[in-house]
Amino acid sequence: MAEFKQSPAGATTAQQFMTWVDNRFPATKLWTEHLSEYYAPKAQNFWYFFGSLALLVLVIQIVTGIFLVMHYKPDAALAFASVEYIMRDVPWGWLIRYMHSTGASAFFIVVYLHMWRGMIYGSYQKPRELIWIFGCAIFLCMMAEAFMGYLLPWGQMSYWGAQVIINLFAAIPFVGEDLSLLIRGDYVVGDATLNRFFAFHVIAVPLVLLGLVVAHIIALHEVGSNNPDGVEIKAKKDPKTGIPLDGIPFHPYYTIHDLIGISVFLLIFSAIIFFAPEMGGYFLEYNNFIPADPLQTPLHIAPVWYFTPYYSMLRAVTDPMVNVFAGVVALAAVLAVLKGGLAKQWKVAVLVGAVVVIAALKLFDAKFWGVVVMGVAVLVLIPLPWLDRSPVKSIRYRPSWNKILYGIFVVNFFVLGYLGMKPPSDIGTLISQVGTLFYFGFFLLMPWWSRIGEFKAVPDRVTFKPH
Amino acid sequence: MTIMKRLIRKLAVALGAALTLSLSALLSPALAAGGGIAWDKFPDKRVTDMAALQNGAKLFVNYCLNCHQAAFMRYNRMRDIGLTEQQIKDNLVFTGAKVGDTMKVALDAKDAKEWFGALPPDLTLVARSRSAPGQGSGADYIYTFLRTFYRDETKITGWNNLAFPNVGMPHVLWELQGQQRAIYADEKDPHDPAKTVHMFKGFEQITPGTMSQEEYNLAVADLVAFLKWMSEPNQNDRVRLGVWVLMFLAVFTVIAWRLNAAYWKDVK
Repeated sequence: MAEFKQSPAGATTAQQFMTWVDNRFPATKLWTEHLSEYYAPKAQNFWYFFGSLALLVLVIQIVTGIFLVMHYKPDAALAFASVEYIMRDVPWGWLIRYMHSTGASAFFIVVYLHMWRGMIYGSYQKPRELIWIFGCAIFLCMMAEAFMGYLLPWGQMSYWGAQVIINLFAAIPFVGEDLSLLIRGDYVVGDATLNRFFAFHVIAVPLVLLGLVVAHIIALHEVGSNNPDGVEIKAKKDPKTGIPLDGIPFHPYYTIHDLIGISVFLLIFSAIIFFAPEMGGYFLEYNNFIPADPLQTPLHIAPVWYFTPYYSMLRAVTDPMVNVFAGVVALAAVLAVLKGGLAKQWKVAVLVGAVVVIAALKLFDAKFWGVVVMGVAVLVLIPLPWLDRSPVKSIRYRPSWNKILYGIFVVNFFVLGYLGMKPPSDIGTLISQVGTLFYFGFFLLMPWWSRIGEFKAVPDRVTFKPH
Repeated sequence: MTIMKRLIRKLAVALGAALTLSLSALLSPALAAGGGIAWDKFPDKRVTDMAALQNGAKLFVNYCLNCHQAAFMRYNRMRDIGLTEQQIKDNLVFTGAKVGDTMKVALDAKDAKEWFGALPPDLTLVARSRSAPGQGSGADYIYTFLRTFYRDETKITGWNNLAFPNVGMPHVLWELQGQQRAIYADEKDPHDPAKTVHMFKGFEQITPGTMSQEEYNLAVADLVAFLKWMSEPNQNDRVRLGVWVLMFLAVFTVIAWRLNAAYWKDVK
């Protein structure tokens, strides 16, 4: 325990007060460690705005969410009307509601960009693996939060979207039917479903989410921020002060710097809220202005845009696609046996494993594998720090063809997202199948492709041009 | 290594090209509309025109609010379109409802099912829910729908509609518009000469209405303006406020930018 400190002679009342507090709670210590003496690389570019923006959107969602809960009724008979009551009769209710509905989409935009930053600058690499994993867990929570929140307005899309997604769980062999029953709390989506989704959306998931955000930031501040060069700034310190030569205090430099990001973000965010809150049907789907009707299935059910790349991958898994998977597994096993340089018992294990996987692929329904593919598409992000075997972090010093590869990855993700919004078509399914294979190939073949090519020399210090 | 590199680059480019090509193939055929004709453009300016909105309100309570309800809309919200509570009570409330009540109707669901085949939908949000990306706004749809009823003796109600084929609703505004007949002609299918298609050629007025075609279009525009306003009564205020918010944020962005420059000038 730290010893009890005394205020210096002639201290102001404010100083005396802080001494009193610091003897009981590490207020000054927290402030210096996380802000005024947290040294961040001075070369952070545009992509580094999205972490603080994600935090801002989280706060917006929590605050607007609190006010929405004051007026919302989690009851199948009242929910839709209570949302319209918020839109019409609650003073400023329309603004709070649009902030929350736009905030949901904004959260995903900001977090996708934040993840993309991590990917191109290798921010997940040693020693930042846990930051990345906490981040992936946050992303999973966000998906659960968004999915359950979307049911609450109790419109047609809320209802049928939830119906479709919950029915996916029913495809899981043996336990599926019981599992989907457990999620719904009823044989159809109904009042019980609405109530439990409300509880999860308002209490359970946000609690976990907040805890993970704290863990994400603590881990970040323990190892320090990465930078566009992928240089460890702690390797070059001022011998006198021990401060990294390329580091500057987060406060005031980055708190002020982030204000620019925040104000530009708020400009775009407000433009949507005030001038296009439905965002052409992407942020608020038109069908959701019709109350949920269990007897009338909409012609076309599509998830909200941020889920559609994964939805596309789910729909890509048809019977021929399962055969392709089986072929890929067989090929991988043969390659591993012939080229892997494995011990004999491992070769046998690989072959047996491959046979089991192929048997399972053929045994269970393609629908189930679609669900697996959708889940794994998200989970495959978690081992990224170990899949990437590149000797450098940043894309700046990777072989130049990597830029094309990462570019295709983004285009592919957009194409999958676009196809997920459209009704299924033959050519659409074919494209999404190719896209799915590319998406998984990108990650699963990373241990191979990330090692090849000519890497450029990484500088000792970050590249920085003074303003 | 360089061979590998070249191979990967080629693969990457080929994949990119394949994706672009197949995507453009997917996008090129015009998306088939969900039944019905292309929608006419509703004159959007009318939503900010108080006289149009008031006329629309009158048409709405007289013609629509007998079968359709607007269960999320309060009568006294119409103060926002320039009416006093007394005017609303005297001229727009026929059901004995209080002026603070929402617009409900006494139509029995069972009767409705028998007469029209379905319960007439609530109209509070119809101008929002009927929007369709690529086709137009919900207002465009209703504006088209209310102007394309025509006589069709094969239907139970005696009416059919171009925007909503086989609609269960009869032409409620027929006295205003009069009766019209749709003229169809069989033509060769431009995509497949072996087939013929039933093409809509235009309307023919059978009996005149109390309004000219011009007057009728304006009246429908007013009614649709009211429906659009009702779907989000604060929409005009929202846009007005948004202008101020954006101006403030633009100034704030400039301040943040200069403040940042002032702080960062000593970072070398």
